[in-house]
Amino acid sequence: MTDASMDSAAPKRRFVSLTAEDDRTRKRNAAEKRFRMYGIVAIAIGLFFLVSLVYAILSQGLPAFKQAVVKIEYTLTQEQYDDAESKLLKTAVYTDNFVAYLSEEMNARGIEVEFDAAAIERLLGKVGGDLRAFYGENEDMVGQPVTFELAAASRVDRYLKGTFEREDLQEGNRFFMAEDFDLIDAMQEAGFISQAFNWNFITGVDSGVDNPGGAGIGASVLGSFFMMLVVLFLALPIGVAASIYLEEFAPKNRFTDFIEVNISNLAAVPSIVFGILGLAVFIQFAHLPQSAPLVGGLVLTLMTLPTIIISTRASLKAVPPSIRDAALGVGASKMQSVFHHVLPLAMPGILTGTIIGLAQALGETAPLLLIGMVGFISRYPDTFLAGFLEPNSAMPAQIYNWAARSDAVFTEKAWGGIIILLVFLLTMNIIAIILRRRFERRW
Amino acid sequence: MPIVWLIILVLAIGSVGFVLGRQKALSTAGGDSRNLHSLPVYYGSNVFMKSIVPAFLVMLLWLIVQPLVVQNQVSGMIPASEIAEGSNIGLVMSEVRRTAEGLDNAVASGAMDEDMARNARAELTDITQRLRDAGQVVTSQITQTVLAASQQYRISMARGATWMAIVVALVGLAGAVWGYAQAHKGFRARNIVEQGVMAILVAAASIAILTTIGIVFSLIFNTFEFFRLYPASEFFFLLEWAPSFSGRGGASSLGILPLLWGTLYISLVALLVAVPIGLFAAIYLSEYASPAVRSFAKPMLEVLAGIPTIVYGLFALLTVGPLLMNVFGPDSVGWMQGQRSVLTAGLVMGIMLIPFVSSLSDDIINAVPQAMRDGSYGLGATRSETIKQVVLPAALPGIVGAVLLAASRAIGETMIVVLGAGAAARLSLNPFEAMTTVTAKIVSQLTGDSDFASPEALVAFALGMSLFIITLGLNVFALYIVRKYREQYE
Repeated sequence: MTDASMDSAAPKRRFVSLTAEDDRTRKRNAAEKRFRMYGIVAIAIGLFFLVSLVYAILSQGLPAFKQAVVKIEYTLTQEQYDDAESKLLKTAVYTDNFVAYLSEEMNARGIEVEFDAAAIERLLGKVGGDLRAFYGENEDMVGQPVTFELAAASRVDRYLKGTFEREDLQEGNRFFMAEDFDLIDAMQEAGFISQAFNWNFITGVDSGVDNPGGAGIGASVLGSFFMMLVVLFLALPIGVAASIYLEEFAPKNRFTDFIEVNISNLAAVPSIVFGILGLAVFIQFAHLPQSAPLVGGLVLTLMTLPTIIISTRASLKAVPPSIRDAALGVGASKMQSVFHHVLPLAMPGILTGTIIGLAQALGETAPLLLIGMVGFISRYPDTFLAGFLEPNSAMPAQIYNWAARSDAVFTEKAWGGIIILLVFLLTMNIIAIILRRRFERRW
Repeated sequence: MPIVWLIILVLAIGSVGFVLGRQKALSTAGGDSRNLHSLPVYYGSNVFMKSIVPAFLVMLLWLIVQPLVVQNQVSGMIPASEIAEGSNIGLVMSEVRRTAEGLDNAVASGAMDEDMARNARAELTDITQRLRDAGQVVTSQITQTVLAASQQYRISMARGATWMAIVVALVGLAGAVWGYAQAHKGFRARNIVEQGVMAILVAAASIAILTTIGIVFSLIFNTFEFFRLYPASEFFFLLEWAPSFSGRGGASSLGILPLLWGTLYISLVALLVAVPIGLFAAIYLSEYASPAVRSFAKPMLEVLAGIPTIVYGLFALLTVGPLLMNVFGPDSVGWMQGQRSVLTAGLVMGIMLIPFVSSLSDDIINAVPQAMRDGSYGLGATRSETIKQVVLPAALPGIVGAVLLAASRAIGETMIVVLGAGAAARLSLNPFEAMTTVTAKIVSQLTGDSDFASPEALVAFALGMSLFIITLGLNVFALYIVRKYREQYE
C-alpha cells in the first residue's frame, strides 16, 4: 500500500549534492547577508553621526582658544611719559606715541603703510589706556624696552583665521574699515602678529556685542559650580536617605507604592516642566532671588533625584543579604546594620551614580532658561555666599546665549564653550568609571 | 545674615547638649558603658536631635507664617482709594515690599540712618532720592501711604525676626534640657534616635511625592488663571498661534493645535531616523557582533546619549541647518527657505534618540530566551529568519515600549527645537518649513518681557500642563507594556 502511493504521488526527485546551493538557499543566504549588512550600516551611521558631531565641535570650537596678539617691543622715554601725564587727554597722547613708534618700526623694516590712532584702536582696542595703566603701575619701566602683548580685535582674529574676508566687510561698519586689512597685512609682514592661547576665554566674563572677542566663559563656569554644589549637598543626602528607606525599610503598602510610581514618573518628566516648577514654586511663591544659582541648583536637585535614587537602590540591592544577616546576628539593630555595613559597601556605586547624575545636571539648559539664568553677567560674584544668591549664568545657558546672538565670533565662542562643557562632563564620567573599576566588588 | 547666625546658635546648643548628654549617661552608669542600655553616642544624639529638630521646625514655620501675618496687617493700612486704576492690592504691596527692602539697603549702605528710615514724617522726595542713591530701583514716585506702610512693614518684620530668634533659641534650649534630663542608664536612647532617623528617611522618600504635587499644583493653578483670562475652547481648538507682543492680551490668538502639530511632526521625523537605525544597531549588537565589536560600538553609541542637548541644538543650528540649506536650499532645488526647519530639528533629535532606542531594544532582545532561538535554528532557519520570525515578534511589546519612551523624550525635548526648529507656528505638511513646538513656546513665552499675569505668559503653564499630561500618559503606557512583556519570561 505504501509502495503504491509512493509510486504515484512522489514527484521525480532531482538528486543534488547537499553542499551545492540551490536557488532558494542562495536567496535565503543573500537575505541573511543583507540583513547583517543593515545592522552594520546602522551602526556605521550612528558612529558617523558621533564622529561628525565631534568634528563639528572641534573644528569650530578650537579657534576660540586661540587669539591673535600683537607682540611688540616698545620703549616709552621719560620725556614722553612726563609730557603725556601733563596733558589733559592723557591716554590719547599715549596712543599717539604708540602709533608714531609703530610706524617708525614698520618703516625701519621697509614697510610703507599709512594709519592713524583710530585704526590702531579699531584693531587693538584702547591701546593708550592699557599702556598708561601699565606705566602707572610700573613707573620704573619708563625708558626701558618692554615687550607688550596686545590682544587684537575679534575681526583681526577672524581675518587671520580666514573666516572673515575682504568681501565680507559691509559698508558703514564703524568697527572695521577696508584699509585696516592693509594694516593687518603690513603688521603681519613685519612679524608683529602672533597667535597666543586665549586665557581670557576661560577666565573672563561675558562681554557686550561691541567686543565679542573679549567674551569669556569664566563667570558661568562659576555659576555652574555653585549650582553643582547645591545639587551635591541636597541630592546626595536626600537621594541616599530615600533609597535606604525604599530598599531596606519600606513595608509593601500603598504609600511606598505611590512613592515608587512617583519616582519612576519623575525620571521621565521633561526637564522644561521642572523649569516651570522652579519658576512657580521657588520664584513666584517662595520669592527666592531670580536667576540665582541657588534656585537653579534646587531645580536641578529635584531633576537629578530620581536618577540618584534609582542608581543608589541598585547598588544597595547589590550588597548580599549575608552581610545584613551577619550584622543582625552579632546584635546590631536593623538601622545599625544598614548604616555601619550596607551603606559603606554600597558607597562606590552610590558615588558613581551621583557623579553621573551631576554630569546630567551640568549639561541641562531648558529649566535654567525659565528661571532666568540667561542674563548678561559681566562680573564675578564678590563673596562665597553671593555666589549662590546673585544672578549668574551657567555654562550651557551661556552657550545658548552666545548661539542666539547673530555674530560669527559669538558662534565660535559657543562652540568653544561646548568644548569646555564636554571636558567637564568627560572628566566627571572618567572619574565615575575609575571609581567603579577600583572599588566595585563582585560578590 | 541673622538667620545664619541663628542656625549656628541652634547647632551650637545641640552640640553642647550632645557632649553633656553623653557625659551624664556615662556618669549614671558609673563610667562603664556596658551598664548603659545603648551606646553612649546615642544618648548624646538624643539630646542633639531633641534640641535642633523642634527649633528648626519652629523656625521654618515662623519664616512661612510671618510674611503672611505682616502682609495682612500692613495691607490693612492701605485704603482702597490709594489703589490706582488698573492696579490691585498685590501690586501695591509689592511696591511696599520693594520700598522696605530699599530702606534696609539704604540703612546698610549708610545713605540713611535708622531714625530717618523710621521717621513717618520724612520728606517723600528726599527718601526717594536717597533710595535711588543707594541703588534701589524705585518704579514710581513713592506716595505717603506706601512709605508709611513700608515703614510699618519694616518695623514689623524686624520685630518678628527678633522674636523668632528668641523663641527658636528657647525651643532649642528647652529641647536640650529635656534630652539631658532623659539621659539615664536605663533610657532606651537608641530606639528613640533610630525612630528619629527613620522619620528623616521617610521624609526624604516623600520628597518625590512633594515634587509631583509641586509640579501638578503649579501647573494647575496657573492654568486655571489662564483659562479665566482666555477661553479654554479657543486654546484647544483655535488653529492659530499669534500672541500679541504688547503683553496686554486682547488681540492674541493662543491655539495649541499648531504647536502640537509641530511637536508631533518633528517627533515623527526624529523617530523615523532613530527607530530604524537604533533597532538595526541593537539587533546587530545583540545577535551578530563579536564581543570585541560589541564592547567598542555599544559605549560609543551611548556617548551620543550623554551629550547635553544644548550641543545638539548648536549642531542643528550651525551645522545641520546650513548643510541642508546647501542640499535643498534656493541654490539647488529650492525647497528650503531657511536653515531652521522640521527636518533640521527632527534629524538632529533622531541622532540624539538613537542610543535611547538601541540600548532599550538591546536589553529587550537579550531578554528573549536562548531556547527560542535554538528551537528556530533546529528547524533550519537562518539567523536573520530567526530574528525576523521568532526574536522580534517575541520582543515586539518591549520594542514598542522603547519607541514610546523615545517618543515621549522627543516630545519633551526643548533645546534642539528652540535652536533648530524655528519660531513660527504653522499647520503645514512640508518638512522643509520652519515650525515650532510646545516646548519652544513655553521658553519664549516665559523668557520674554511680557507681564507675568498676562495671558501671553500664563499660556506657558497651560502648554506645560498639556506637555506633562501627554508625556506622562506615554510613559505610563510604555512602562505598562514593557512590564507586561517582562513577566512572560521571568
